[in-house]
Amino acid sequence: MRPHKHKMIHSLFLINCSGDIFLEKHWKSVVSQSVCDYFFEAQEKAIDVENVPPVISTPHHYLISIYRDKIFFVSVIQTEVPPLFVIEFLHRVADTFQDYFGECSETAIKDNVVIVYELLEEMLDNGFPLATESNILKELIKPPTILRSVVNSITGSSNVGDTLPTGQLSNIPWRRAGVKYTNNEAYFDVIEEIDAIIDKSGSTVFAEIQGVIDSCIKLSGMPDLSLSFMNPRLLDDVSFHPCIRFKRWESERVLSFIPPDGNFRLISYRVSSQNLVAIPVYVKHVISFKENSSSGRFDVTIGPKQNMGKTIEGVVMTVHMPKAVLNMNLTATQGSYTFDPVTKVLTWDVGKITPQKLPNLKGIVNLQSGAPKPEENPSLNIQFKIQQLAISGLKVNRLDMYGEKYKPFKGVKYITKAGKFQVRT
Amino acid sequence: MFGNGLSYSEQGAEAAPELVQEAAPTTTPSAPAAFGLFSSDTKKNEDLKQMLESSKDSAKLDAMKRIVGMIAKGKNASELFPAVVKNVASKNIEIKKLVYVYLMRYAEEQQDLALLSISTFQRALKDPNQLIRASALRVLSSIRVPIIVPIMMLAIKEASSDLSPYVRKNAAHAIQKLYSLDPEQKEMLIEVIEKLLKDRSTLVAGSVVMAFEEVCPDRIDLIHKNYRKLCNLLVDVEEWGQVVIIHMLTRYARTQFVSPWKNDEVVEEYSENNFYESDEEQKEKDRKVKNTYTMDPDHRLLLRNTKPLLQSRNAAVVMAVAQLYWHSAPKSEAGIVSKSLVRLLRSNREVQYIVLQNIATMSIQRKGMFEPYMKSFYVRSTDPTMIKTLKLEILTNLANEANISTLLREFQTYVKSQDKQFAAATIQAIGRCATNITEVTDTCLNGLVCLLSNRDEIVVAESVVVIKKLLQTQPAHHGEIIKHMAKLLDNITVPVARASILWLIGEYCERVPKIAPDVLRKTAKTFTNEDDLVKLQILNLGTKLYLTNSKQTKLLTQYVLNLGKYDQSYDIRDRTRFIRQLIVPNEKSGALSKYAKKIFLAQKPAPLLESPFKDRDHFQLGTLSHTLNSRATGYLELSDWPEVAPDPSVRNVDVAESAKEWTGILGKTKKEKPAEKFYSESEEEEDESASTGSSESESGSESEKEDKEEGSSDDSSGSSSSEASSDSESESKESAAKKTSRAAAENDSENIKRKAKGISKESSTSGSSDTESISSEESSSDSKSESDSKSDFESGKSRSPASSKKEEKPVQDRKVPNKQDVYLLDLDDFCPVTTPVAVPTAAVLSPSVTADLEGLSLSSSSVIDVTTQVSVPTKTHELLHRMSGKGLAAHYHFSRQPGIFGDRMVSVQVTVTNTTDQKIENIHIKEKKLPPGMRMHEFNPIEYLEPAGSITVSMGIDFCDSTQMASFQLCTKDDRFDVNIQPPVGELLLPVTMSEKDFKKEQGMLTGMNETSTTIAVAPQNSTRLVIIERIVKAANLGVVPSGHDNILRFAAKTVHSGSLMLVTVEMKESSTAQLIINTEKTVIGSVLLRELKPVLSQG
Repeated sequence: MRPHKHKMIHSLFLINCSGDIFLEKHWKSVVSQSVCDYFFEAQEKAIDVENVPPVISTPHHYLISIYRDKIFFVSVIQTEVPPLFVIEFLHRVADTFQDYFGECSETAIKDNVVIVYELLEEMLDNGFPLATESNILKELIKPPTILRSVVNSITGSSNVGDTLPTGQLSNIPWRRAGVKYTNNEAYFDVIEEIDAIIDKSGSTVFAEIQGVIDSCIKLSGMPDLSLSFMNPRLLDDVSFHPCIRFKRWESERVLSFIPPDGNFRLISYRVSSQNLVAIPVYVKHVISFKENSSSGRFDVTIGPKQNMGKTIEGVVMTVHMPKAVLNMNLTATQGSYTFDPVTKVLTWDVGKITPQKLPNLKGIVNLQSGAPKPEENPSLNIQFKIQQLAISGLKVNRLDMYGEKYKPFKGVKYITKAGKFQVRT
Repeated sequence: MFGNGLSYSEQGAEAAPELVQEAAPTTTPSAPAAFGLFSSDTKKNEDLKQMLESSKDSAKLDAMKRIVGMIAKGKNASELFPAVVKNVASKNIEIKKLVYVYLMRYAEEQQDLALLSISTFQRALKDPNQLIRASALRVLSSIRVPIIVPIMMLAIKEASSDLSPYVRKNAAHAIQKLYSLDPEQKEMLIEVIEKLLKDRSTLVAGSVVMAFEEVCPDRIDLIHKNYRKLCNLLVDVEEWGQVVIIHMLTRYARTQFVSPWKNDEVVEEYSENNFYESDEEQKEKDRKVKNTYTMDPDHRLLLRNTKPLLQSRNAAVVMAVAQLYWHSAPKSEAGIVSKSLVRLLRSNREVQYIVLQNIATMSIQRKGMFEPYMKSFYVRSTDPTMIKTLKLEILTNLANEANISTLLREFQTYVKSQDKQFAAATIQAIGRCATNITEVTDTCLNGLVCLLSNRDEIVVAESVVVIKKLLQTQPAHHGEIIKHMAKLLDNITVPVARASILWLIGEYCERVPKIAPDVLRKTAKTFTNEDDLVKLQILNLGTKLYLTNSKQTKLLTQYVLNLGKYDQSYDIRDRTRFIRQLIVPNEKSGALSKYAKKIFLAQKPAPLLESPFKDRDHFQLGTLSHTLNSRATGYLELSDWPEVAPDPSVRNVDVAESAKEWTGILGKTKKEKPAEKFYSESEEEEDESASTGSSESESGSESEKEDKEEGSSDDSSGSSSSEASSDSESESKESAAKKTSRAAAENDSENIKRKAKGISKESSTSGSSDTESISSEESSSDSKSESDSKSDFESGKSRSPASSKKEEKPVQDRKVPNKQDVYLLDLDDFCPVTTPVAVPTAAVLSPSVTADLEGLSLSSSSVIDVTTQVSVPTKTHELLHRMSGKGLAAHYHFSRQPGIFGDRMVSVQVTVTNTTDQKIENIHIKEKKLPPGMRMHEFNPIEYLEPAGSITVSMGIDFCDSTQMASFQLCTKDDRFDVNIQPPVGELLLPVTMSEKDFKKEQGMLTGMNETSTTIAVAPQNSTRLVIIERIVKAANLGVVPSGHDNILRFAAKTVHSGSLMLVTVEMKESSTAQLIINTEKTVIGSVLLRELKPVLSQG
C-alpha cells in the first residue's frame, strides 16, 4: 500500500514582509516551520515580492502561496491538487479577515488570533473547505466589535454561535435566516474600469471595459430580486455570484436572485469587444534624456477627451522612473507630486481636471552622473474616476422584489474608473 | 524552532528562575514574544494552569485564548494537556471549541491523556444539536490516536445516517481522516462512501466525492449509478465540491466514453462562430452524421451541465470546467472555454500565473482558441516578470502570418523594457517567431541585428545567441552579419554571447576567411581569462580553422591547444587531448583523423526554437503537476479513451430491482415528494417511461420526448433550448426545484433515519416512489416541451398542500381509467402524483417567481403550510386475523400522506396477505357501515392474490375528526369478513409548519376553554430534546415548530377533516417533569391527544 498522503491543504503559515512566521495552523499532524525555508529561498531569488512563484516544490511538500496586503499566506500541500483551488481558497481566507477585522494586516490578525483560529477551523476541515460564505461564518463566529468585546469580557460570554446557521441546511447557503431591518434598502454600485494601453503617439493599442456590480442589500426576510438592464447585450462575458439563477439570465437576460445579506459582488462582466471604448483622458508627454548629460526633460499634460460631459476627478499619475534617475525637480500647475528616490516612483496627485486650465507637470530629471542614458522612457499609469457614468453605457432598467411585502429603498450608482490604464511614452 | 521543543521549556525552568517575576500575565497572546523565551513560557503555563482550574468560565476562557495564541505562534503548549483536557466537557461553548482546537493539535503527542476526552465526544455525538454532533465528529476524527479507530469507525457509520446533511458532510470528511490514520479500514470505509454517494444532499456531494478520490479513486464502478445524479446536481453543489466532482468526472468520462476526437480532425481548427450560434448543435449533428460518431447521451449530459459553471466567480471552478472541455469535449467545442479563461486574467497575480500557464499549453496545440483574445495578453510594464514572460510565451504561440507584424511591433516595445530579464525573453520570442514564420525571418533577423548595438549587454548577448540559432537555418546569405558580430567580440563580455559568436565564425569560417584567423589570434591572447564556455569555443574555432586553413592558423591552433592542455578545468584538458588526437596527424593517430574534417564541419541541423510548454500537455490541465511540469505525488494519469465504450447501461438504475419494489406496493397511492424532485434520478424515470410505456394521458408527450432523447443522444435538447419560451419554462422549474431542496433535505434525512431503524420496506418504498413527472425535466433539462414543463410546474405547486385543497374530484375521476390501463404493470400509483393541484392565489407574481417563493416562504411568512409528515409510525394494526379470515390476513397502518383521496381523508395502507395455498380472487370492500358524515375511499379490487402473496393497497377514510370506528366488510370471491378501523387520535392530524411567532400568535387565540394541560413525569431516557421530538411525532402526526428556547418544544398540526389547529407545547421543567399543553378548538380531540401523549413521555 502506498504511503498515504493527505490531500488538499495540510498547514498554513502566515509570513510578514520581514520573513517572520507570525501564525501557523495545521489541519493534520504538525509540519515544522522549517518547510518555510524553501519559501524564503524562493523569495530571495525573486526580484520582488510580486515575483515569488505561487507554487514551489520542495522535497516532501509543495508550497502554494499568495501575497495579500503585505502578508504571505503559505499553504503546505502534500499531493496533487488543483493549484487554483488552493489559491482561490487562500484569497477567500484573506477576504474573510478583511471582512471581519476591516483590514487584513498582521496587527489585525495578531490582535484577533482566537477569532482567526476559530475561522480557520470552520473554513477548513481536514484540509477541505467547509464553510466559506461570509453570511454563514458570521453566524458561527461573530465578528469582533468594541462593544461586544467589552460585554464578553464582563459576562464571559462567547463569540461563537451555538446553533447551526440555517443556511447550511437550506438551499440558499449564502443567506442567513431571520434577517430583520427597520429600513429596508438595496444599493447597487455599477463600477466600470477601463483597461487600456495607449501607445507613444496617443493611439489605443488595447482597450476594454471590465465592470462589476457591487451590492449592499439590507432587506428583511427572504426577498427575491430581479434586476434588469436597458441594454443587457452589452455584457459579453459575465461571472455570477452563486445566488444568481443562471437559466433565467440565459433566457431573459434578467438577474434573478435571493441576495446574501450585506455587501457582496453580484456580477463581474466584460463589455463586448465590438464596442469601441471611449478613452476619457489624453496625455501629452515629452520625456527625454540627453546623451552625455546627467539631466533630462519631463513635461506631462493631462486633458479630458471623451468624458461624456462629466468631470474627471481623482486623477493620479504614477511613473516608475528608470533606475538611473537620481531625483526630479518639477513644478505642478495643479495638485502635488512626490518622487521616492529609493523606489524611483513618481506620484502626481492631480485631483479634478478642469478643461479651462489643464494640469501640467514639468521640470528637470537628474540622473546619476556617469550612468548611461536610460534606454526606454517609462510608462505612465493613470488613475481617474468619473461619477455617475458607466462608460459602456450600461443602464439598470428596474429592480423588482418579490416574496416580501414591504417597499424597499432602492438605489443604483454608476462610476467609471481607470483600471490598468497605461500610457507608453 | 521550538515547535516541538518540550525539553526547552523544562530546561528553561531550571536555568532562569530569576526571570519568572517578569512574566506578568497579559491578555494579549502575542505579548510573550517580548519576554525571555523559555522561562516566561513555563511561568505563564503555571499561571494558565491555575486559570484552567478556576471555577470561573471567564478565567478558563481567558486561559484558553492565550493557549490558542501560543499554538498559533507555533509555541509549545503541550504540557498543559492535562489541565486543558479536563475542560472538554465545559458547558461554555467557546471554551469547548478552544479545547477542541487544542486537542486536535496535541492529541497525537499525548495519546493516553487524549483518551480521557473520548467519552465526551461519544456523548456529544448523540447531542440533539447537529452543530455539536458535527463538531464532535470532526474533533474525534481529528484526534490521530490509533487506539480509537474502532470508535471512529462506529461514529462515522452512524453519522453517515444522520438526519442532518451537515453531519453527513462531516462524516464524509471523517472518512478521509480515518483512512489516513488506518488504511486497513479501507473496505469498511468504501461501504460508507458507497452509501454517501447515494446521498441526495448537495451539501454532501462534494465531500463524499473528495473522500472517494482519496480512498478509492480506482473504484469507478461506485460512480456509475450516481453519475447522472452528480451531473444533475452539480450546479447546486458548493463551489469547492464542484471542483472536486468535475475533476473526478473528467477521469470518469475518459474511461467510460469513446473519444469524440477520432473523426474530428477535419474540423480540428476552431472557428469562433461555431460556438456562439444557436445552431451549434445542428452543425454538430451534421458532422456526426458524416463521421458516424454519436456521443453518449451521458457524455453530453456532463458537458452540458458543466457549461454554466464557466460563469462561476470561483477561478478554480472555471479552470476545472475548462480542463474538462479540453480533455473530453469534441475539439470543436473546447473553444467555449477561452472567453472565461481570459476573464480570469483580471484576477490577482497568483490566479493569472496558473491560468496563463494553462493557456500557454493550450495555445500550442490550438492557436485558434485564443487568437481572438490576443490583445488581452499584451504586457503592461507593471506586470510582475513571471506574468510578463508567460504572456509573452502565449503571444509567441499565437503568432501567425496574419498577426505577426502587429506582434513584432508590440515586441519592439518589450525589448526596450527596463525589466532586462523580460527584454531578453522577448528576444528569444522574436527568434522563435522568425523560425516559425518564414515570411518574417529576414525582418526579425534585421531587427535583432539592430539590437546588437543596444547599450544593454544582456540584450545584446541574448540577440547574439538568437541570431546564431537563426543563422544556422540559412547561413548562405549572412556573411555580413557574421562579420558584424565578429566586431562585437571586442566589446561584449557575456560568455554565452562570446561563445556563440566564436561558434558562428568557426562554423562558417570559409565565408569569412579573412576575419576568422584574426579572431582566433585575438582570442588566443585572452584565452586564459575566458570563461570555460568561451574556451571550449576557442578550441572549436581553432580546430575548424586548422582543418580548413591550416597554413595560416596551424601555429595559433597549436598554441591554443597547449594552453588548453594545462588548463585548470579537466573538461577543457580532456577536450584538448581529444582534439589534438583527431586533427594533428602523428603515428599514433588512427583512421579517424582522416575524417576529422567531416566530423567537425559536418552539416549540423538547425536547432528548433520551441516553446517550453510544448511537452506539458501530457499532464492534465489545471493540476499541480502541470504547473510544476513534473509528476506530483498522488497525480492520477488521465487514461486514454477506450477503443470501445464500456457498457453504458451500467449508469441506468436497475429497472428490475425498482420494479420489484414497486409491485409490492400496488395500490399504494403516492404523495409526491418534493425531495426527490430536486435530485431526481433521471435514469429511473427514463427507464420507467421507456420500458413500461406508462401512458398517463398527461405524460404522453413527455415520455415520447424522452424516448426520442434516449434514442438520438440529446442533440434535440440543445436545439430546442434555443426557444426563449421553453427556456423560461425551464428556469421556473429549476428555481422551483432549488427552492424545495430544503424540504428535500429534511425528507431525505427522514428516509435515512427510517432506514437506519431497519424498516427497510418502508424506506425502500418511499425511496423509489420519488421521481414522477419531476425527473423528466432533470434528464432533459434543456428540452422542455410544453406539457413537460407544465406538469412540472404543477407538481411544484402541489408541494404547498395548503393551497392544494380544491378541485380534487375531477382529477380523481380522470385517474380512474388510467389506472385500469396500466394495471398489469402495477405502476398506476406512480401516475397520480400531480393530482392535488390548485393554482396559488398569489396571482400578482409571475408563475416562475411564485414557484420560487413557495419554498422560501415557509420560514419567513406567516402562511401556515401543511408539510410532509415528519415521521411515519411503524406500528401496524390488525384488520383481519388469518384464523378468522380463512387464511386471508390483513393489517393496516397510517401512512400519513395528506390528501391523496381527498383533502379530508386520512390515508390508510392495508396489507393483505394470502396465507392459504390457493389463489384468493377478487378482494374488495363492501357493506360500509359508517357513522353519519364519515366517508371512505376504497381501494381498487385486487384481482387475485397468489398463495403466500402479499399486497399493499391504500385507502382513504374521512373520520370527521372523531375516533369512531369505520366498519366495513372485506370480501373475497367467496367470503365476507367484518372488519373495522379505529384511528388513534394522532392520526387525525396533518402536520403544519409555522414560525415560532405565528405559533405564539395562534396559541394566544386558543386559550381558556381551548387549552388543556397536564404535568408529566418524564422518563429519564426521554429527557433529551431529540428523543422527545422523535417520540412525539411518532405518536401523533405533528409538525415540529422551530423553537428559540431549548426547554420548550412546539408542535403544530391541523385536523384532517376540519382543518382546526392543534398546537402542542412541551415545556421541560426541572427534576424531569414536563408541562404538556394543547391548544385547540377541537377540545375533545385535544384532551384525547393529551391523554395519548402522556404515556409517550412518561414511559421508557
